[in-house]
Amino acid sequence: MRWTRFRSLFGLQPETDVDDELAFHIEMRTRELVNRGEPPERARELALHRFGDYESERRQCVAIDARRRRKMLWADYITEIYHDLRYGLRTLRRASGFTAAAVVTLAIGIGANAAVFSVVNSVLLRPLPYPHADQLVSVWHVAPGAPGRSGALALSPSMYFTYADENRIFQSVGVWTSGPMTITGLAEPEEVRGVQVTDGILQALSVPPLLGRWLDRSDQAPQGAATLMLTYSYWQRRFDGDPSVIGRTITAGARPREIVGVMPDGFRILDTDADVIVPLALDRSRLVLGGFAFNAIARLKPGTTIAEANADLARMLPIWMRSWRSTPGADVASWRITPAVRPLRQDVVGDISRVLWIVMATVGIVLLIACANVANLLLVRGQVRRQELAIRAAIGAGTGRIVRELLLESAWLGVIGGVLGLALALFGVRALVAAAPAGLPRLGEISVDPRALTFTIVLSLLSTLVFGLAPAVKSARPQISNALHSAGHALSGSPQSGRARNVLVVAQVALAAVLLVSAVLMIRSFQALRAVAPGFAEPESLQTTRVSIPASMAQQPAQLARMQQALVDELAAIPRVTSVAFSSSMPMDGIDPPWEGLETEGSAAAADEIRRPRRFKFVSPGLFETMGIRLVAGGDFTWTDVYETRAVVIVSENLARELWGTPLAAIGKRVRLNGDPPWRAVIGVAADVHDNGVDAPPPATVYWPVMVSRFTAAAPLFIARSVRFALRSPQAGTSAFVRAVQAAVWSVNKNLAVTSVRTMQDTYDRSLSRTSFTLVMLTIAAAVALVLAVVGVYGIVSYVVALQTRETGIRLALGQQPAAVVRMFVSRSLILVALGAVIGLGVAAAATRSMAFLLFGIRQVDPVTYVAVPGVLALAALLASYLPARRAGTLDPVDALRSQ
Amino acid sequence: MGDRGKQPVPDILRGTLDLLVLKALSWGPTHGYGVARRIEEATNDLLAVGEGTLYPALHRLEERGWVTASWGTSENNRQAKFYSLTGAGRAQLRLESENWRRYAGAVFAVLDASPLK
Repeated sequence: MRWTRFRSLFGLQPETDVDDELAFHIEMRTRELVNRGEPPERARELALHRFGDYESERRQCVAIDARRRRKMLWADYITEIYHDLRYGLRTLRRASGFTAAAVVTLAIGIGANAAVFSVVNSVLLRPLPYPHADQLVSVWHVAPGAPGRSGALALSPSMYFTYADENRIFQSVGVWTSGPMTITGLAEPEEVRGVQVTDGILQALSVPPLLGRWLDRSDQAPQGAATLMLTYSYWQRRFDGDPSVIGRTITAGARPREIVGVMPDGFRILDTDADVIVPLALDRSRLVLGGFAFNAIARLKPGTTIAEANADLARMLPIWMRSWRSTPGADVASWRITPAVRPLRQDVVGDISRVLWIVMATVGIVLLIACANVANLLLVRGQVRRQELAIRAAIGAGTGRIVRELLLESAWLGVIGGVLGLALALFGVRALVAAAPAGLPRLGEISVDPRALTFTIVLSLLSTLVFGLAPAVKSARPQISNALHSAGHALSGSPQSGRARNVLVVAQVALAAVLLVSAVLMIRSFQALRAVAPGFAEPESLQTTRVSIPASMAQQPAQLARMQQALVDELAAIPRVTSVAFSSSMPMDGIDPPWEGLETEGSAAAADEIRRPRRFKFVSPGLFETMGIRLVAGGDFTWTDVYETRAVVIVSENLARELWGTPLAAIGKRVRLNGDPPWRAVIGVAADVHDNGVDAPPPATVYWPVMVSRFTAAAPLFIARSVRFALRSPQAGTSAFVRAVQAAVWSVNKNLAVTSVRTMQDTYDRSLSRTSFTLVMLTIAAAVALVLAVVGVYGIVSYVVALQTRETGIRLALGQQPAAVVRMFVSRSLILVALGAVIGLGVAAAATRSMAFLLFGIRQVDPVTYVAVPGVLALAALLASYLPARRAGTLDPVDALRSQ
Repeated sequence: MGDRGKQPVPDILRGTLDLLVLKALSWGPTHGYGVARRIEEATNDLLAVGEGTLYPALHRLEERGWVTASWGTSENNRQAKFYSLTGAGRAQLRLESENWRRYAGAVFAVLDASPLK
């Protein structure tokens, strides 16, 4: 159907048409009446009367026509777009080399962005997987007056009771904690991941149980019936999803417990994967103010805010202080405890958001560079097509039409690039998840969802505009006469498009420089981190595993110590094991060891000084030897020290220097816990260990024997039940060795569970994973950016060389040296690259400030980096321009002059 | 639509106006006035008053694609908008004539029936 034929019939105004038509009618009728003998005036009157309501009919006709016209314009427009789209696709198919280059470049840019956005979206943007997750908060406090505590203060059990009883703002509130738990009486004894919750946690999270019921207040009585819930995965794994488990009794943590419910698939408390959920039965009658060790989750009443919650908590704090006994040695009233409620999401996402946003910004820059490359390709193509477009303009195609055509052509590129990019993203997301840093929250939730899809589509269209608009407008306004004149020698770039190309090259190089600087900074940080001696030796030959001995197996501390020593002996008997020891916690294992204040004999230090926290570890004899931690002075514990609970400790070198000046001076000095337990003599000084990862300073540490008498006033005999064994063997990490470790443990007791078996190297790598993840991401992005920028420079130089073939021919014919011609082309591009590099370094100096928290051992404006990056860029640019420029030097002047 | 009360066109005609217009155009292309004259002659001047209602009808039929319009020169050399029936319009005319015949037949049957045989 050809609509244009009809459109012209309407003219621009449907009104005029209708008026003409109706006037014709009245005129014809009048003439007829006149012919029948009426006088003209009377005839016209009769004609009008006969016609009826003239105005009304006219209005109706105009309305119908206007409506029809709008519809036709739309249909018209759609048809034109359809034709242009088909035309664009045909054109692209003809220029297959150009199309392939553009599409691949875009696919890389869009794919990388879609993949990283999927991760950002899943981890940071999507609501937590609980109903009305925006009402969920975590309850923390700050205590600026508390000595040695800088971070947030968690809840103490007594706080929980006060808040649960007195609050006016929460629908429900509870506290929880997690830890390993041994299940016996099923198949092999098994250590599982346990979560302990009070009433209020499951109620706040509001995810209904799949079977049975939630744990609630009735499960909380310390002496009441013991219960537990299973998570879906554990229920499937151990009970094959049998619904009749409700009511069955299993032994968890050496106590028979009745299974009262199963949580549905995917349920977790924050980011903690658990197997069983058990009630946290706190004995109200024995609580004091202190013990700030519990995470709290609360659900706000609808319509209330965090500020209101803070106000309500501030109201309850005095009630709490009045209601409970105070902790000896801790003057809680002077701590200036202030509530600091925050959205629960913040607890889940934590620190990783900054890393993710940096990676997102990085791939955004890659996409910009990709767009610049494609824009450049389009500009070059616009030059080649100048004649075609000029002819079309000459025969009447409007500028708007040509712009639209070129934009639609770009849209094809964007769409095809987007589709390929999405395919890339689907793989990329999987790769990202595999490479993600340990502890990336919500890892299991990461997927390409509708929002990520929308993002990709919008991104494709936006990039189409970015790379398509300028070239389209530029090409669509060719000076017709110019272009047609130059028909004889098609290629002679206009200065205008030359400038646009130069700007694009400068921008590309600048962006690439920013990424290169970031990547090199990360590489240098990583090197600096690797260069830090962690304090222990040869982590790859250190196997570690956690073993917890439940009270049901060894009630008495001495009995427990003998069992632990038996384990050491059995493990040491494994062939090719050179030494074995254990400790309450290993360096960098992510478990926060206890810390307390320490009193030094004969020192008149202020109370604050005493309360400065020292890290405490409980270690077996031989630990320092096994781990390769040097003893700077004195000696190690012996098993006799353990069994006779001798009053001895070993301190870290930095602590010895802080308290007594030199390691040697520390030997024989005496320390004790704040309060009145007995004094302990320092018998050894161990080298510092980077316990919190190599990027953090080594904490001042006190090493205690595994069994300590009167550790605090309250505990007559203390011993660590859950410890991590370390075995030094060249076979560490092999599966045969892991099996041998398991067999050795079972030879001591068949019901002992062996968990989290890994080498110290794994632990070490994991502690660096945030840095190495960012490093890998930035390095890949920078490499892609560098390649794209090099391709951009190469393309421009080859184009300019081709463009100026005649000119070059004349130069050569006039006797200029080929080398000079090559130099000319190379130096022109180097000027652009230098400009881009300078701008890029300036931008990088500002932009990398946002990644200062990731840097280690170097300054953010690192001289080496800021010399290396321009060097690399210059070298790459030199290569990228020399290769095409060399062609100009080898031209035969005669051929060159003969060419167009 | 805005049919005013002062038009004495019988209501029953309004539903059939489209049919009349299509029928009139089936005799060949003509302008609005020509359509009016054909209906006038065929119906013994049924539309004596209110023949302007033809025009919205014509424009509506055009919108539906049953007639097409183009400007041409009339028999007395004036610019006039000529309407002609399209294929779709011809089919529509057949359909509506059929419907109307059935309907009218039923009405006549009722009118002619004698009460309670």
